[in-house]
Amino acid sequence: MRNYVSLLFVAGLAFLLFVISGQLDFGAAPMLIGQAINQAAPEQVGAANIVTSVVLGYRALDTLGELAILFTAATAGGLMLGRARAGATHDPEAGFILRTAADLLFPLLLVVGLFIIVHGHLTPGGGFQGGVILAAAFFVPLLARPGTHFDHASFAVVEGLAGATFIVIGLFGLVYGGEFLAPLLGQGEMGSLLSAGTLPLLYIAVGLKVGSELAGLMAHIAAYEAVDS
Amino acid sequence: MSPPDLGAILFTGAFGLIMIGILGIVISTHLVRIVLSIVLLETGANLLLMLSGYRPGAAAPIIIDGVVPAAMVDPVPQALVLTAIVIGVAVQAFMMTLVLRLRSVYGTLDIRELRARLERDLAQEAGIGLPTSDDAPDVAGVGTARAQGGDA
Repeated sequence: MRNYVSLLFVAGLAFLLFVISGQLDFGAAPMLIGQAINQAAPEQVGAANIVTSVVLGYRALDTLGELAILFTAATAGGLMLGRARAGATHDPEAGFILRTAADLLFPLLLVVGLFIIVHGHLTPGGGFQGGVILAAAFFVPLLARPGTHFDHASFAVVEGLAGATFIVIGLFGLVYGGEFLAPLLGQGEMGSLLSAGTLPLLYIAVGLKVGSELAGLMAHIAAYEAVDS
Repeated sequence: MSPPDLGAILFTGAFGLIMIGILGIVISTHLVRIVLSIVLLETGANLLLMLSGYRPGAAAPIIIDGVVPAAMVDPVPQALVLTAIVIGVAVQAFMMTLVLRLRSVYGTLDIRELRARLERDLAQEAGIGLPTSDDAPDVAGVGTARAQGGDA
């Protein structure tokens, strides 16, 4: 009975959404801000990737808020699961293929992750995407060898330093640029690696923070003792 | 019959993901399936956001070698979705930690059993009787769920 009622509800909702979307002019601009940003961002911010101009330029404060959400989720996850006991049981080591692949992938993932973070203002990608790849670099070896020690303390240090760097750059922007997180250091030549002022520095901070937080959270989950029921 | 236009196809994809997600949340009784449904729902919402920035024939909002494309898609939804995906991953990981804790404390992930056992534990802690109602629609079902919870 419950299933039929839910099916009916979802079908009604789908009908409603389709009717609404049918009224919309697909591809026409209901929001004017996007085109304005597309025109103004290259001169105002100087990043070749306009999405980066939005994430770290026009909406940098929101990005700081999103980092706070990430931090809260990671901290809460760590609190819920806690540290593994000294003699805790863990899953057996993975097979030969995964262990070898993890060793091979670690440096590659590290390089790719850092590349994507550093080129966030030039190409698709950036701190969030590269940070997730960095987290994967540290997490894949942990999946291959579940018993290995994961150094939560040093990851917490990296995470804290990255978060503090983001805020300190923002405060510098407040003092020298007149607004919190205002881009500084000049725009440079668009398209070169050292351009767009403080945006690449902010993205490096974001990448390190995202990477260390996700790696720590996933290490907590992986180290959680397997229970038999 | 003319082929459906691009907008209809993309909207169908986004709405389909959202519908599957909602249906999964409502119908499933296993917590991991509910978490996966939330992931699907989130993907559909992200796709819908991305569609709001679509422009016909527009390029990605990236200037390559100083060449500014004639038309660029709206960068604001892209920036929103970019952060929403990572936040989504973190929140999903947190949901999984909660699921793991529940699994280790109660030994089950069936929400009916979990509810019965949580209610029993709460009533025990507070020193009150189990919450009952004369108008409860499915007395037999709740009773069997409680009995199963007691056995496990």
